[in-house]
This record gives sequence, C-alpha cells and structure tokens, in this order.
Amino acid sequence: MSHLIRVSGLHKSYGPLHVLKGIDMTVEPGEVVCVIGPSGSGKSTLLNCLNFLEPYGPGEVWIDGVLVGYEKKPDGSMVKVADHKLNATRTAIGIVFQQFNLFPHLSVTENIIEAPVRVRKIPAQQARDKARELLAKVGLADKASAYPSQLSGGQQQRVAIARALAMEPKVMLFDEVTSALDPELVGEVLGVMKGLARDGMTMFVVTHEMAFAREVADRVVFMADGEIVEQGPPSEIFGNPRSERLRNFLGRFRG
Amino acid sequence: MDFQWDIFVEAIPALLGGAWLTIQLTIISVAIGLMLGLIVALGRVSANPVTSKLAAAYTTAMRGIPLLVTLMFLYYGLPSAGLQLSAFTVAVIALAVTNAAYVAEIIRAGIQSIDRGQMRAARSLGMSYGLAMRRIILPQVVRRVLPPITNESITLLKNTALVSTIALSELLRSGLEVMTWKANTFSPFAGVALIYLMMTLPMIWFVSRLEKRYAIP
Ligand SMILES: Nc1ncnc2c1ncn2[C@@H]1O[C@H](COP(=O)(O)OP(=O)(O)OP(=O)(O)O)[C@@H](O)[C@H]1O
Ligand SMILES: [Mg+2]
Repeated sequence: MSHLIRVSGLHKSYGPLHVLKGIDMTVEPGEVVCVIGPSGSGKSTLLNCLNFLEPYGPGEVWIDGVLVGYEKKPDGSMVKVADHKLNATRTAIGIVFQQFNLFPHLSVTENIIEAPVRVRKIPAQQARDKARELLAKVGLADKASAYPSQLSGGQQQRVAIARALAMEPKVMLFDEVTSALDPELVGEVLGVMKGLARDGMTMFVVTHEMAFAREVADRVVFMADGEIVEQGPPSEIFGNPRSERLRNFLGRFRG
Repeated sequence: MDFQWDIFVEAIPALLGGAWLTIQLTIISVAIGLMLGLIVALGRVSANPVTSKLAAAYTTAMRGIPLLVTLMFLYYGLPSAGLQLSAFTVAVIALAVTNAAYVAEIIRAGIQSIDRGQMRAARSLGMSYGLAMRRIILPQVVRRVLPPITNESITLLKNTALVSTIALSELLRSGLEVMTWKANTFSPFAGVALIYLMMTLPMIWFVSRLEKRYAIP
C-alpha cells in the first residue's frame, strides 16, 4: 500500500492508435526503475501519463496515494479534476525531458526559482539559497547567472535536473535525458543521476543507456508494443532474458 | 505645378493640428488593438474549440472587410439602428478592431512558434496554463512579434487618413481644408506627405533596428 507510483490497467490511445495496452506497474519509495524498449513502444507516453501531460484512459495512475488527473465519483465513474488540483499533484513529480526545455529568457537561477516562487510561494531569497545549493549539487555553482544559450547541452540538462529538484518532488521522471547530448557530455548527466539515486531519490528512468540501467537500476522494465513484456532486477533482465523480444532487443546493443 | 512657399508655410499650423489628432487616434487605437488582439490570440490558441472558432471567425472577418466599410458602417449605419457615436469614437473603434485582427494573427503565429516543450516543462512544474502563458510563453513571444506589430502600427497610422471621410480633421483632412481655402493643391499636400513621413520614419527605423537585433544569425 506504500507504493509511490501505482499504475493499473492503463490504456492510452492517440485517435485510432492504441499506444498503451494495459500497463500494470508499481514503484516503491527510493526505488530506481529503468524502462527500456524499442522506439515507439510507448515509453515516453507512459512517462507523460504519470503526471497527466497526456490524458489517459481507461486505467488509473496513483502517485503517493493521489489519483492523477481524475476524481472518482461514488458511482465509480472518473471525471477530470480541476486544474489547480492537477497542478498540486504535479509539483510532487519532477520531469526531465530529452530536449532540456529550459526557459531561454530566464537565467539559470531564474529558471530554477520560477516554479518554487510562483507555484509553491516560497520566498524568493529562500528559493535562491536553495537554487545555489542545487547548482552546487549538479556541479554548476559558477553558472548561476548564465543564460541557457551560454551553456553546453550537458550543462543545460544538469540545470533542468536542478530545476525539477527545486520543487522537492517525491519522484523524478527522466525521458531519455542523454539522447540529445554529444557522447562526451553524457557522462556528466548520468553522474548527477547516479548521485540522486545514491541519495535515495525515487526515480523512473526511460533510457537507452544499458550500462546505466545495469549499474543503477533496482528494477528494469522492458516494454514493447505498449505492454510490459518483462521486468526484474538488472541481473535477470540483462543476464537471463526470458522472452524472445527482449533477447532480440538486447542483441542490438551487443552488436 | 502650383507650389507656393508662403502657402506651404501658412498651412503648417493647421496641418500640425491635424497631425496631433492623427497621433491621438494612432496611440489610442494601437493600445486598444494590442489588448484586443492579445485576447483574440489567446482565444485562438486555447484548447476550447468554441473560443478558438470564434477568434478565428473574428480575425477572418475583420481582415476581409475594408476599413473604410467598417468606418462607414459604424458612422452611417449604426445611427439608423439608434446608436449615435462621435466621429472620434467611431474612428477609434474601427481602427482598433481592424488592427486587433492583424495583431491577433501575429501573436497567434508567435505563440505557435514557441517550442511545445516550453509549455510542457512549465506545466510539469505545476504551473497553471495562465501562469505558464504569462511567465514563460508570452515573454518569448514579445521579442518575436515586436517588429511585425510595429509594422502593423505604421499601417494603422497611415490608415487614419481614411478617417477624413467621417469629418474628423486629422492630418489629411486638414490638408484638404487648406486646399479649399487657399485654392492651392500642391503646397498643403507637400506638407501633409512630409508630416506623415516624419511620423512614420522613426517607426520604420525602429523596426529595422529590432529586426537586426533579433535576427537569427
Ligand atoms: N502526440 C502524439 N500524437 C499521435 N501519436 C503519438 C503522439 N505521441 C506519440 N505517438 C505515437 O505513440 C507511439 C508511442 O510513442 P512513444 O513516444 O511513447 O514511444 P517511445 O517508446 O518513447 O519511443 P522512443 O524510444 O523513440 O522515444 C508511437 O507510435 C508514436 O508515433
Ligand atoms: Mg520516447
């Protein structure tokens, strides 16, 4: 009952395209779950449903005991919640995107304090102190007043991680956060993520970095065609894949 | 050619009086046009299909109807429906509602040119749609739309000349009055053209400055 994330019977369609076909999954507090799978299998869609960036249905997504995006009526029907309730739920979920999505007109510090100050109503000075702490944590203490366009991709992504952490989320979602980076910049971002995992952050990581999944994940989920095909500890998934589809998928990474 | 220096000089005070009315019409109509245009643009990009369709209908209609027709309709048509507005009010309404349609299209295109990821990132941080628009999207839009919106304002300033048809002594009509009174065409109109240029040139210069400054290298 202490699941931090509980997904049950989750479906998602884009028009006629049935993308998620009944996902059941849980994530426990402090757990690091890595999601792997071929392109188009629905990994990003699943991640986006977790905080209702994509409306889903039928099915249920619960984060820390709160049903995301809907309210259950006594007769069992589900209706969309009011926007402000959804916003409150979202503050508990940090997301880092493949394309960083920093706000280009705001400095690094302003990027980080924007939501804490405007949404959580934290005093600006307190938010700034926290931003400084977070920037030190991601190794960018000297970039506080820089603008995103002045940073490398790896640095921008680390700012994006700091920005998400500033809301003090209960869980962090990562969607292929190193895919848009030059190879030599991947390490610095993965390094920050490893640090977070060590500190006990609950993490849901969609990734193509098999070495990272093997090293950091408590559990690996393999998705294909909108379904979870296999899941288990990395040693099982990588060492002893049971399904044909997973073996084929992993085969492509051995090369 | 009937240019006479003394008539030209004599005409200037009257023309400057007209120019002042032109400036007033421009500033008030641009201000209202901007606000109305922003509202229409936000309606246009909203997820609500009714608002979006209404906004689209507005921009299509107002861009398709000649300003002169709007002007005539409000000035001669409305009184027959029992609503008599002053010429100045009619002028401001006609200029502003037409300007708003163009401004709305510019702002809509500006909003849609911002990467979708910006809104997603803002919403994922718990920001409401309105807050994300105000703090994240629109500040980025402003930079992109400032040059075309200034161009629209130049057009509006020049379009105030049409208001001469409803008995408002703005710059063009002041020129016409001098022409009748002095029985001389060329001198007052040289002054009219010169004063229009003096008002529009700084704006044209401002646009080219902006375009250079925000040019994508
Ligand atoms: N907004 C959308 N509208 C329509 N179809 C979409 C949309 N987003 C995703 N899809 C489709 O849904 C399916 C799953 O996409 P998704 O992005 O979740 O895959 P993925 O597993 O994240 O793939 P990748 O590894 O390439 O990121 C794909 O067929 C995709 O084309
Ligand atoms: Mg994806």
